[in-house]
Amino acid sequence: MKFTKDHEWIKKEGKYAYVGITDYAQQQLGDIVYVDLAEEDLVLQQGDVLCAVESVKTAAEVFMPVSGRVIEANHELEESPEKLNENPYEAFLAKITIDDESELDDLMTEDEYNEFLESEAE
Amino acid sequence: MRYIPVTDKDREEMLSKCKAKNIDSFFLAIPEDVRLKRLLNLPSARSEMELIRYMQDIAAKNSNTNNYSCFLGAGAYDHYIPSVIGHLTSRQEFFTAYTPYQPEISQGTLTAIFEYQTMICELTGMDVSNASMYDGASALGEACVIASSASRKRSDIIIVEDMHPEYKETVQTYLKFRGIKYTAMSVEQLLNADLTSTAGVCIQYPSFYGDIYDMERIGRYVKESGSLFIVCANPMALALLKSPKGFGADFVVGEAQPLGIPLGYGGPYLGYFACIKEHMRKMPGRIVGKTTDVDGKTAYVLTLQAREQHIRREKATSNICSNQALCALMATIYLSVTGKEGFKQVAKRCVDNAHYVYEGLLNTGKFLKTSDLPFFHEFTVSPKSDISALNDYLFKHGFIGGLDTVKGWLIAVTEKRTKEEMDEFIRRAGEFNG
Repeated sequence: MKFTKDHEWIKKEGKYAYVGITDYAQQQLGDIVYVDLAEEDLVLQQGDVLCAVESVKTAAEVFMPVSGRVIEANHELEESPEKLNENPYEAFLAKITIDDESELDDLMTEDEYNEFLESEAE
Repeated sequence: MRYIPVTDKDREEMLSKCKAKNIDSFFLAIPEDVRLKRLLNLPSARSEMELIRYMQDIAAKNSNTNNYSCFLGAGAYDHYIPSVIGHLTSRQEFFTAYTPYQPEISQGTLTAIFEYQTMICELTGMDVSNASMYDGASALGEACVIASSASRKRSDIIIVEDMHPEYKETVQTYLKFRGIKYTAMSVEQLLNADLTSTAGVCIQYPSFYGDIYDMERIGRYVKESGSLFIVCANPMALALLKSPKGFGADFVVGEAQPLGIPLGYGGPYLGYFACIKEHMRKMPGRIVGKTTDVDGKTAYVLTLQAREQHIRREKATSNICSNQALCALMATIYLSVTGKEGFKQVAKRCVDNAHYVYEGLLNTGKFLKTSDLPFFHEFTVSPKSDISALNDYLFKHGFIGGLDTVKGWLIAVTEKRTKEEMDEFIRRAGEFNG
């Protein structure tokens, strides 16, 4: 699993990858009440807006960690958006393909992400 | 609204607080040469009695539907308005310049809006309705914008061309500055068009000229192409016509003036806006929801406000955060007092009257058919004489005639027209040799 500075995670599984938001992100957002799901079959570049998440406090955009195509949005979140709060690393937002695996190298490992969070907190 | 008087003393205090010499010093930013350097040229003050007479004299210059028998429609219709509507809407709890939304003090207003939304949903077959919009044209414009933004893969809008011309202009204005491509075409062209880049198709039901198309066929074509289907419907016609839900509408919008709202030049009218659940979060304006308070009692509150309007403003599909609450209340009372059966009876009477006048006009031999499609309470015929001369002639005899359009003479006949009025209208129209 790799992480972005915008608090997304990406996990590669076979020829696909899953994208979600981190535990830190869900804590910052508070109770999530709605997910404006990603549009399936859309081709996006690294950093493009993938989808949006609304909480009782705010609304936030989720960005593509790497360039690729949206294969599937997690429709379970339509009815149960709270799963993002309960289990942020299980409740993925989208299943995607990765155009260029080298883009994963730009992202942070878990340790690097934790260090990043600590440095942000200071 | 509270009346807030400002005394000379108040003014002085405020000026000294602002360290300003006089009121004029606030207007220094306006160039000298465009500033008005005299008092406004207003007539001297009048007594209440004089003022009422003066205003009545001006009002008497208007011809109105009390003095003339109206056969004109084209988007605004002369239906009977039950007197209870005026009595209830002028109650001070409702009659205010600003709609109070705070649930603590506004349960009555919010309940009325909730009832309105429920009735609009029943009428259109849609899942959700908002608390209303300014008018039919802006409701349509908003629907087009939402349809266009629903998918990142397609954004074009198609409008079936026999839409109210002012609605078309409004939609164009909405789309132009967002850079959304807009095409007008006939139903025949639509049914042969490639819709792969089309986000939404909108059609008026019945059309501006009164025609009722095969909406199931159109709906099927639009939906199969993956576009969204926007139906701009006369709510009165929905009493009898098939619900837009049945032919795949994603949005049903329109002008609800026929539901108990008086004819007025410039309004206020009432736009209604309803859609299927999928688009609920993108709906413009206000939505009232039903919930329970801390004691478990039923309570009404504003809900599902598009977060974009407040937080991600640059992503917002709409900037409208208001509604037309008093007119929505009129429509709610209208639908309540006519009731499910009465409302259908009004609509049925409109149909019967319109078809009676249509047959009558054709039988005079002075008018030609323009369409073979079914119609509700409005139709065109093609007169052998000049339309504006015909309307002038009818006006002299106490009638407001139909609109002069590219498709012919557009006539609307509501339930208000008596048999005598219709017979006389047909006779006068038939005897004119212009």
